Amino acid sequence: MKIHKYDTVIVGAGGAGMRAAIESTKRSRTAVLTKLYPTRSHTGAAQGGMAAALANVEEDNWEWHTFDTIKGGDYLVDQDAAEILAKEAIDSVLDLEKMGLPFNRTPNGTIDQRRFGGHSRNHGEAPVRRSCYAADRTGHMILQTLYQNCVKEGVEFFNEFYVLDQLITEVDGVKRSAGVVAYELATGEIHIFQAKAVIYASGGCGKFFRVTSNAHTLTGDGQAAVYRRGLPLEDMEFFQFHPTGIWRMGILLTEGARGEGGILRNKDGERFMEKYAPVMKDLASRDVVSRSIYTEIREGRGCGPEGDHVYLDLTHLPPEQLDAKLPDITEFARTYLGIEPYTDPIPIQPTAHYAMGGIPTNVEGEVLADNTTVVPGLYAAGEVACVSVHGANRLGTNSLLDINVFGKRAGIAAAEYSAKHDYVELPENPAELVVEQVERLRNSTGTERVAEIRRELQDTMDANVMVFRTEQTIKTAVEKIGELRERYRNVAIQDKGKRFNTDLLEAIELGNLLDLAEVMAISALARKESRGGHYREDYPNRDDVNFMRHTMAYREVGDDGTETVRLDYKPVVQTRYQPMERKY
Amino acid sequence: MATPVMDKVEAESAASPYITVTFRVRRFNPEVSAEATWEDFQLEIDPKERVLDGLHKIKWDLDGTLTFRRSCAHGICGSDAMRINGRNRLACKTLIKDINPEKPITVEPIKGLTVLKDLVVDMEPFFQAYRDVMPFLVTTGNEPTRERLQSAEDRERFDDTTKCILCAACTSSCPVFWNDGQYFGPAAIVNAHRFIFDSRDEAGEQRLEILNDKDGVWRCRTTFNCTDACPRGIEVTKAIQEVKRALITRRF
Repeated sequence: MKIHKYDTVIVGAGGAGMRAAIESTKRSRTAVLTKLYPTRSHTGAAQGGMAAALANVEEDNWEWHTFDTIKGGDYLVDQDAAEILAKEAIDSVLDLEKMGLPFNRTPNGTIDQRRFGGHSRNHGEAPVRRSCYAADRTGHMILQTLYQNCVKEGVEFFNEFYVLDQLITEVDGVKRSAGVVAYELATGEIHIFQAKAVIYASGGCGKFFRVTSNAHTLTGDGQAAVYRRGLPLEDMEFFQFHPTGIWRMGILLTEGARGEGGILRNKDGERFMEKYAPVMKDLASRDVVSRSIYTEIREGRGCGPEGDHVYLDLTHLPPEQLDAKLPDITEFARTYLGIEPYTDPIPIQPTAHYAMGGIPTNVEGEVLADNTTVVPGLYAAGEVACVSVHGANRLGTNSLLDINVFGKRAGIAAAEYSAKHDYVELPENPAELVVEQVERLRNSTGTERVAEIRRELQDTMDANVMVFRTEQTIKTAVEKIGELRERYRNVAIQDKGKRFNTDLLEAIELGNLLDLAEVMAISALARKESRGGHYREDYPNRDDVNFMRHTMAYREVGDDGTETVRLDYKPVVQTRYQPMERKY
Repeated sequence: MATPVMDKVEAESAASPYITVTFRVRRFNPEVSAEATWEDFQLEIDPKERVLDGLHKIKWDLDGTLTFRRSCAHGICGSDAMRINGRNRLACKTLIKDINPEKPITVEPIKGLTVLKDLVVDMEPFFQAYRDVMPFLVTTGNEPTRERLQSAEDRERFDDTTKCILCAACTSSCPVFWNDGQYFGPAAIVNAHRFIFDSRDEAGEQRLEILNDKDGVWRCRTTFNCTDACPRGIEVTKAIQEVKRALITRRF
C-alpha cells in the first residue's frame, strides 16, 4: 500500500475533472485520478453543443437562458444556480475558444450557434440559436481541448486508477474529507491519496439501464463512494431519456439533428410532435419528446414489425448540410444500421442518457452532508453532482456547459481551500474497506455471475423505471433490486490475478450500480407526482404543494447490519421565477 | 415535401439472426506464463453485432480473465483499437458481418507497443510522442475580450485532423514505428498538423522544428497503412505530407 500526499485530488478526467484540474494545478499541487485515460471519458461522446447566450447570430441574453433552464427542469431547478450557469456560460465558451477549441464559425468569423431543444427566445416565443458547436463533435472537441490544456499546464494524471472509497474523518463533530483510496489497475496495488481537498468529477451512472447512450464505464463510482460513507444523494429519481438513441443499441443521435431540421415520424409518416408541442415541435424538451415517442408506440403507431420505434427523418435535408453539420451521427447510422441517412429515415427510440441527480453541492461545488452543512474539503462537479441546475430535466447543451462552469468553480474553490487548510488526519486503517472488498471478491467461492446480475438489473430498470412509471412497476423494480443485491453477496469472479484485473473491477462497478439503482427506485416510489424526467402514470400531474422539493437519500445501517434508504427533502431555491404550467 | 416510405428498413427479420463464429484471440498474461498463445472461443452472435460484443460475450459468459480496454462502444473514446484479422480497427466499430465470419476471426493487440496483458498494451510511449509535439494552442499578446475570429475557410483548413481520438490505430499500423519506437508516429504528427494549420496558432515553426528531428516526419515512407487504419477517416498520410511540405516551404 502506497500513501501519496497532494493538496488537491480530482477524481475523474472528463470535462468537469479536467476543467477543474486546469484551475487547481495553477493554484495547488494536484493529482487527477482516472479509471480510464483522460481522452477516453464520455464527455467525448457529447455531440450537439454548449449553450451560451453569445447572441452571435440572433438576439439572445442570459436571462432568457436562465428561464429556459428553469422551465426545462420543470421548476425543480435551484434558480440561483441556474442564473450562475447562464451568466457564466458566455465566459466559459470564450475560455474554451481561447484554449483552442475549433468551434464552427459564422461568415463573420465569430462562433456559430444553432437551435436546440427547449432553448427559446423571450421566454418560449420561438426556438433560438444558442448552442455553440463544432459539427456534431462538440464534446470530443471539448475533451481534446481540455486535455491539450492539461498537457500545457503540466497536470499530473494517474491513469487507470479506480477510486473505490472516500475517506472521512470527524474532527470536533464535523465530517471532513481526508482523501481517497484508489486501486491501480495495472498492478492491483491499493493507494491512499491523502488530500486537503477532493473533487469528484467521475460522471454518471447510466449503465444500470440496458438501452443507454452511456459508456460501459459509467457506473456511478463517485456517487456510490460518498453514499456509502453516509453522505446523501439528491434527486436520483430524475433520469433523462434522450429521445433519439439508435434503435435497440441506444447510441446517441444528437438533438442537433432536429436543430438542423430533422423530423420525428411515426409509421404513418406523420410528424407527430406537432400534436404534443405545437410551438417547439421536435425541439420540445427531451422528457416531453421521449414521452411523445412512447405514446405513439403504445398507441400502435410505432414502426417496424414490432412497432417498437419511430423514425428520425433527415432525408429532406441537403446531403451537404448533413456532411458539414452532422457527419458523425450519419456515419453511426451507416456503420451500425447499414442505413443511408440521405435517403432513408433512421429508426430510433429513447435511450437512458443523463442523471440529473447526484452528489448535492452548493454553487461553489462544496458537497453537502445534509440540507445545509458542507463537508469541508469535499467538492463535486459535472454529472456526478447535483447543484441543481438541471432540476427534473436537463436541457440539451446544458451539460457541456455545466461541466465547464462548475468544473472551473470547483477547481478554484478546492485549490483555494487547500491553500488555507492543513491535512486532516487519515482514519485508522484507511484502506480497510477497499482491502476487504477486493479480497472478498478475489477469494469468493460464490456461484453468481456478474454479467447475469447486471443483465437482470438492466432488464428490470428498462422495464420498470424508464420513461413511464407507476407504483406497481417501481415496486417490482425495488423488489428485484433487493433480490439482486442479495445475490450479489454470492458473486464470484474468474480472474484472481493482480494484473489488469478488469473482471474484479466490473464486479465492483456492479455493486455501485446496484446501490444507486436502489436509491433511484426508492426515490421514484416516494415521489407521487410527475415532473420532468420522472413520469408517474398513477400521478400524471406535477404537485407543487407536496413535491416542489429535492429528494435527499441517505444510506442507513441498522444495528443488525441491514441497509436501508432513508429519504429526506430539501427546499428548492426560488428567486424570480414562479412555477407555471410547462408547455412547448 | 415527400414523406419517405416508412417500412423499407426492416424487410428482413423473423428467423434467428444468430450464427456461430470462432474468435481466435491472442492471450498473454505474464502472471501465468511468459509465452503468448492463441485461444479459440466459439460463440453465437448476430452478425450485425460488433467485434466488441463478441469479446464481451467471451468475457461475461465464457472466460472472465480475457482482458481488453473499452468504454464508449461506438468509436468515440478510442479505447479499443486492436488488430482484427490482421488489420488495425476499433472493436466497437467493426461488425461481425463485415469481416468474413465464416473463418475464425483473429484478434490481437496492436503492434509496436509492449503487451501488458491479452489485448492491453502500454500506451505511455504513444502519449509521450503526442505530448512532445506541443499539442495545444500557443498565442502571444493580450487575449481578446471576445473570441478570436477565424473564417470558416481557415477553420476548415485543419478540420480533418481535429477528428483524432488518440486510439493509436494509425501509429501501431506503421512499419517504421514497428521497427523503431523512437519515431513520433502518425498520430503525433496529425496532432501537430491540427495546430500548425490553425490560423490562430503562433507556434507552427517550433512544432515544425520538433518534427524536423531525425525521428520526425522524414521517417514516414508513405505506406498509407495509417490512412487505412484510421477509424475516423482522417487522411493521415496526406496530413503528414502537408507537414513535410510546410517544412520545405515554411508556408502553412
